[in-house]
Amino acid sequence: MKFGILVNEGPFTHQASDSALQFVTAALKKGHEIVRVFFYHDGVNNSTKFSDPPSDDRNIVKLWSALAEEHGVELIVCVAAAMRRGINDEVLAPGFQISGLGQLVEAGINADRLVVFGD
Amino acid sequence: MKMLHVVNKSPFEKSSLSSCLRVAKNDSGILLIEDGVFGALQGTSVTDEIAGRSADFKIYVLGPDLAARGLSEKPIIDGIEIIDYEGFVDLAVEHGAVNSWL
Amino acid sequence: MAEEFDDEFDGPVKRFLFVNRKAPYGTVYALESLEVVLISAAFDQDVSLVFMDDGVFQIVKDQNTDGINIKNFSRTYRALEGYDVEKLYVEKESLEARGLSEDDLLVPVEVLDSKALSELMNAQDVVISA
Repeated sequence: MKFGILVNEGPFTHQASDSALQFVTAALKKGHEIVRVFFYHDGVNNSTKFSDPPSDDRNIVKLWSALAEEHGVELIVCVAAAMRRGINDEVLAPGFQISGLGQLVEAGINADRLVVFGD
Repeated sequence: MKMLHVVNKSPFEKSSLSSCLRVAKNDSGILLIEDGVFGALQGTSVTDEIAGRSADFKIYVLGPDLAARGLSEKPIIDGIEIIDYEGFVDLAVEHGAVNSWL
Repeated sequence: MAEEFDDEFDGPVKRFLFVNRKAPYGTVYALESLEVVLISAAFDQDVSLVFMDDGVFQIVKDQNTDGINIKNFSRTYRALEGYDVEKLYVEKESLEARGLSEDDLLVPVEVLDSKALSELMNAQDVVISA
């Protein structure tokens, strides 16, 4: 089955990004397809390569990048939400791309299920 | 097709679970994740509200979120099933649209 | 990119439901969700909006944000009709619980009780809540 994923919160204040990552990992393990992960609202904060948590914590930005690298999962960051929060191409971690909200709607259209993670 | 409702808020702090129980169609699936898992516990001030509706829905709770909060061994409401992330994926497949009560 | 916003989109049409459960201004969700609604309409999808819980405060009349210096986006709800977004629903129980009535709202809506809302919700393909 094809899944679209929407992540609405950043990597530290809320569990949303972790829950989404666990869901995506489990879905891939079961042989499902992730058509796109779309980052919106404060979710765009998951995409900065300058995120540098203490070494005893998981680095979720790197975990998302690894997922993109290993499984070709598309990680799309909303341009309007990103601009508001000072996220641009200069700060993007590997695997993330900035694009329009149309990519979210398209994921909703093309996926069999859209699953939203947020606060 | 039956809808899967996902609730991630503590029932002690937010009304998300009450709203979900009010609006979700009978026979829908309800999955408690993140701080929503507190709603699955026995012996709380909200147990009766949730247990009273447990026949109308199929309620699930995410085991890893219970464990993270030290609640794996606590008794949960009869009829609530503990699942893992792969189980979450299966529920999303088996149901129709997924509705997250953010 | 440009073709995504083309009015001539002729791909599949799904039923998109936006569930608005949060008040405006205190958090950004209402404003940014409205942006998704507008884009969905540009994709010619079958779009419905539900206002329930504190989401009903999004469409209360006479919002004036001069004193908090935050953009007043409430007039955008009135503009939705121009994007062919005409299915706006409000949950009766949420409205009443907040001491509001249909007369307090800035757009025409259909007021549904939770049972009717539950049928509407179940008939959707994609549910986006924020």
